[in-house]
Parts: sequence; C-alpha cells; structure tokens
Amino acid sequence: MDFTSSFRDPKIVANLIQKIKKTITRPWVIMEICGGQTHAIMHYGLDQLLPPEIELVHGPGCPVCVTSLELVDKALAIAAHPDVIFTSYGDMLRVPGSKDDLFNLRARGASIQVVYSPLDAVQIAQANPDRQVVFFAIGFETTAPANLAALAQARALNLDNFTLLVSHVCVPPAMHAILGSPNNRVQGFLAAGHVCAVMGFWEYHPIAELYKIPITVTGFEPVDLLNGILLTLQALEKGEAAVQNAYPRVVTEHGNIHAQQLISTYFEPCDRNWRGIGMIPMSGWALRPEFSRFDAEKRFKVEHIQTHESEICISGQILQGIKKPNQCPAFGTICTPQNPLGATMVSSEGACAAYYRYARK
Amino acid sequence: MCLGVPGKIIEILEGPGLRMANVDFGGVIRQVCIETLPDAQVGDYTIVHAGYALNKLSEEEAQETLSILREMGEYED
Ligand code: SF4
Repeated sequence: MDFTSSFRDPKIVANLIQKIKKTITRPWVIMEICGGQTHAIMHYGLDQLLPPEIELVHGPGCPVCVTSLELVDKALAIAAHPDVIFTSYGDMLRVPGSKDDLFNLRARGASIQVVYSPLDAVQIAQANPDRQVVFFAIGFETTAPANLAALAQARALNLDNFTLLVSHVCVPPAMHAILGSPNNRVQGFLAAGHVCAVMGFWEYHPIAELYKIPITVTGFEPVDLLNGILLTLQALEKGEAAVQNAYPRVVTEHGNIHAQQLISTYFEPCDRNWRGIGMIPMSGWALRPEFSRFDAEKRFKVEHIQTHESEICISGQILQGIKKPNQCPAFGTICTPQNPLGATMVSSEGACAAYYRYARK
Repeated sequence: MCLGVPGKIIEILEGPGLRMANVDFGGVIRQVCIETLPDAQVGDYTIVHAGYALNKLSEEEAQETLSILREMGEYED
C-alpha cells in the first residue's frame, strides 16, 4: 500500500476537521513536540484549517535547534584541526556558533563532509586511515540507534580513527521541564511519533498523571496530525489525562526493544544544556566510560571553550512554547535563514525557519 | 530531523557486520541498516530514518486507522 498518499486523503482530512470543530467548546493550547511535526503543520497549512480556539505551540524537538552553543563551538574547534575530517548531518552546518559556523569554516578550507547516514561516516573513516574522522552525533531518541550502529560498525572494523561528538537529548525530561515551568501554557501534547517508534510510550503515563495532561503519540502526515489533535482535544474536553496512540502503524507501547538495548549498551543518561533553554538534569545521553576512546571531546581535549550567545534571540522561549517566532523583534528583519541569529532559524524544522518559509506573519 | 520514510524490504543482504537490507521507497532502492529488526523479512514494511530501520510498519494497523477515519464522516450529520 502507499503509506504516504493514504494519509493525505483530502476526504479524511475534511472529516477530521469537521469532527474537531464539533468537539471543541473553548480555547486550548496544544504543543507538538517534534520539529518535523511543526514543519508538516506549516507545510500543509493545518494551523489555518483548524478552528481558532486551537492554538498550536511548537516544542523543543529539533535537535539542530537545541544542541548547545558549547557543543557547536567544540565542533568548530575539532573541525578546524588539519588531521580531521568532520562529518555531520547537513542542517548543523549553518548553525551559528559563538563566532563562526561550520559552513564558513568549510569555505575556508576545513574538511567537513555532510552525510545522509552516520554509516557513511564510517566508510569515510575506513577510506582515510591517516585522518581522524569525527561524526557530530546529534539527535533525539529517534537518531540514537543510527548513530550507535555507526559506532558498532567502527568497532567491528577495528577503526581507531573514528569518534563521535555526542550531543544526544531525550524528550521526556524536556516535557517535565516545560510542564514544571511557572510560565507553562501547554495543556496537551502531541508526542513525537518517531521518538516513540524507538522508545514506545510507556514513559508518558507518569507524566500525564503528574501534570494532569493528555498526551497523544502522533505521526507526521496531515491525517496523522489531525487525528492526534482530535484525540488530544477529546481528552481535554472530557478532562481526561489520557495517553493515546494515534500512530499505531509504527508505534507500540514498548517500542523497539532491540534498539533500546543498543542504546543502553553504549549510552548512559547525563545532564545536558539545551540551547536557549538551559541545563535540564538527566536530559541527554553520553557515551559510557568504557567507550571513551570513541568520544571526540576526550580525544581532542576541547573542554575549555568560552561561548557567547546572541543577546537578541528569544529561541529559548519559543522552544518552550512561551512565545511565537513572530514575537521576536529580529524575526525576518535582521534574522533570516540566510543570516540566522539563532539555531531555530536554521533547520527547516526550527519554528522560526518554518514561520519564515511559510510566511506566518 | 526525526523524519522517517516508509519503505518495503525487498532483499536481506547477507554478510559480516551489521544486518543490512535493500529497501524500496516507491521505486527508489536504498541500503538500510536493519540491525535492530532481527525478525524482519522480505515483504515487511519499515520506517527508515538516517539509513536506519526504526521499527516495522504495520499495514494492518494502517488500514484499520484509515477505515475508522473514513467512516467517521459517514455516520454523522
Ligand atoms: S527569529 Fe532569529 S533571533 Fe528571533 S528567536 Fe528566531 S532565531 Fe532567534
């Protein structure tokens, strides 16, 4: 079957919109966690089809946006090394560091290669035994198995010139941080479908209970997003803190256990700084000490980095659902995708870039 | 970033190292790592992110979701 077009069926989209309109009795604020969902909502104009009572706010689920400035600066320091071939997912290249970005560094002659899959970075390491190949392992739970498969492959090949600069972050601690904040506005969550493909959604029951908030596992096509919104809305209207699954073709309660085993073999929980948001305790993953020889931060000794963030950028408040991109004075004026001041204007999944691209003024 | 693309496993590649498969994405064939889908077979659908199969994709569940949502409009008004 065609899993894409079936979930864009205009007839079903119309049914869902109608049902949402019939169900709603008052305003609600719902946050989609994942930047991929933000992008899809804007791309399909779903925000403009929904009744005005539903306010969608955009969550922190864009790894490019939340990777700390310190790690971006470390990436720049490592990539500037003449022995290094630095490899990364493409979106990270334009993310502003304190003084520079990887794109400009590459233009000035550094070896920086964009890869589609981290396994490609392993091939680069295999082909260049006299160079150090570093992969910028950013991502949420979704990306961890892919990044770690690369590490497992490098180990199996006995490569000693392959390391990871790890910047992994996890969704549930960020949900706690958002819901526990005195400024919180979020009343319901669309949980990130592909994070849950790996991790399942068993972790969300205690969150829903603690904060009395409905959480719906949601996919990325228009039908998936509207179905996730409808289920969340029905729970909100009934006052139920339900955890529901609107993406059952991909997500099960317990996720992919084998992928979780791969993650726990290599990673352990750690505190992480989220760009714009700040430190969230135990909100990320770092390599276990027994794998420190694969840790680029250790190999290249980049502990002492001084960072300097733009003073204008309010991306932290945007990533927590407190403000919208168009409330930033720099939006579309001195901050554009061509000249981004903050990471949320870089990645196509960043809320600022999505607003700019789809002209939500 | 957390983009996942549905595809169909058309060949499991034997060899040392990680378990790999050829996956058909609507006519485009790519090699995908299926290391953490140990029971995946030819003909199964999967959802792929950064060259890695995250989980299986259930055609049955997909059909069921669609039929519920299609009917939603028919019994109302
Ligand atoms: S528009 Fe630019 S400066 Fe303003 S919050 Fe977004 S990224 Fe930061």
